[in-house]
Amino acid sequence: MKSFRKLVYPYIVWAVIMIIVPMVMILLYAFTKEGNSVRNFIFSLDSFRRFFSDKVFLGVLERSLVIAVLTTFFCVILGYPAAYAMVRSRFKIQWVLLTTIPTWINMLVRTYAWRGIMDNKGLINAFFGLFGLGPFKMLETNFAVVLGMVYNFIPFMILQIYNSLEKLDKSYLEAAADLGANRVQAFLRVTLPLSAPGVISGITLVFLPAVSSFFIPKLLGGGQYVLIGNVIENQFLTAGDWSFGSAISLIMAVVIIISMYITRYIDKKVSPEGGNG
Amino acid sequence: MKGKILRRLYILLIMAFFYLPIFYTVVFSFNSSKSLSVFSGFSLQWYEKMFHNKDMVNSIFYTVIIALLATLISTVVGTVTAIGLSKCNRLLRAAVEQVNDLPIMNPDIVTAIGLLMFFSTLAVKKGFMTLLLAHVMFCIPYVILSIMPKLRSLDPNLIDAALDLGCTPMQAMTKVVVPQITSGIVSGALIAFTMSFDDFVISYFVTGNGINNISIMVYTMSKRINPSINALSTVIIGIITLCLIVINVVPAVIDRARNKCRKETKK
Repeated sequence: MKSFRKLVYPYIVWAVIMIIVPMVMILLYAFTKEGNSVRNFIFSLDSFRRFFSDKVFLGVLERSLVIAVLTTFFCVILGYPAAYAMVRSRFKIQWVLLTTIPTWINMLVRTYAWRGIMDNKGLINAFFGLFGLGPFKMLETNFAVVLGMVYNFIPFMILQIYNSLEKLDKSYLEAAADLGANRVQAFLRVTLPLSAPGVISGITLVFLPAVSSFFIPKLLGGGQYVLIGNVIENQFLTAGDWSFGSAISLIMAVVIIISMYITRYIDKKVSPEGGNG
Repeated sequence: MKGKILRRLYILLIMAFFYLPIFYTVVFSFNSSKSLSVFSGFSLQWYEKMFHNKDMVNSIFYTVIIALLATLISTVVGTVTAIGLSKCNRLLRAAVEQVNDLPIMNPDIVTAIGLLMFFSTLAVKKGFMTLLLAHVMFCIPYVILSIMPKLRSLDPNLIDAALDLGCTPMQAMTKVVVPQITSGIVSGALIAFTMSFDDFVISYFVTGNGINNISIMVYTMSKRINPSINALSTVIIGIITLCLIVINVVPAVIDRARNKCRKETKK
């Protein structure tokens, strides 16, 4: 028995080197001055000061949050009815499979395809052209970026909501009907609160990649379109300012954690176990 | 009745949304012109261009090799670690599981910059090796995560019984434990393969010296309209579809073969 325990040691060594050390390095660089080598560590908040005193960076942070919130909102609004319809369909397993398959195909490839579809000479504008409309400029707009994000992340939302709806006990709905609730009331009072955990975990799965994504804005938003992920990319691959880049990614991580807490707080208020339900 | 039609229509709309870009890519990769909206005739010229482009061919090669190696390594290490973890005391297990969750919970870009700084500080030459190490690093957690539930439902006496009956610990592992958790290992390996095959963000930060995978290729080439990207994309879609078919068909074939064996032995 004890000999089995030894099997973990190689991975512990690996995890410390490959997972923990890089994370510690981000912390170290975020709190030191640019150009400091790790050996003479001087604590400094310069990177954070620089970020929060610059309107450009604050604007980028704001835009990233707005885009991520919009993406999450549309994923819920469009994903919930889809999951609801799938659960009640005869072919539910097939629909789940068909929702999963696209997520297996490279995100970049699928995102790149939207460029051709949304281009001024692309598929959508060719379609509008048949009626003498357009061309509408879609690429390099907020619309394109949000659409690209919704497209990439909505399967996760649908699958999460589907799972929670699937587990829902039908006898609750029958009880609601017996007690005189009409279908809308039964949906609002029973189905919706009971599927809230699915929506919450869906929001987590969508919001997190939406905040940090940098290739979707670059592919669909054009070169000038900058979200916080693009700023981090720039700091590391173009500017070479590790301290500032680390600080920004820490700020992003904190923003994500705060958003998760807010989501969980709302969940507690909404879901039936949450006390005042 | 009306609700049913509406629901079905909505599902079909969502599916159209999912598959439109994929069909678009495949169809227009065979287009004879550079047009984005008109299919002017069948042609293989974009595939020809792709296969003449050494970088593109190499990127396919690297993607497949890295994905295979990363899957192999992470599956072996992940399985061994998971088995060891199931025998650890609670504290150590909780600690390892926490650390294991980090790469899964962190945004890709955070993992990526951490690794970039780590490799650069050690002055490791960026390229194939760093790419492989990074992929192994983010694949193992998924393998462990998919094996742990299977181990938890395993009877702890099973190993003792095997050892009592004269197995060496190694035999107990390969002959008793591993067969019981095969489904977890297989699904872990599959997740690892697709994770590695599709990865962009982490690969983009840790690679260098002209070693590119398909995602990086698409990203760097996408600045101009270039239909050979569609050809490259179609190759990827083809490989993944093939994998999906193999995954879904092979177990059925094995099952059938087993049933046949059983029937014949009964005779």
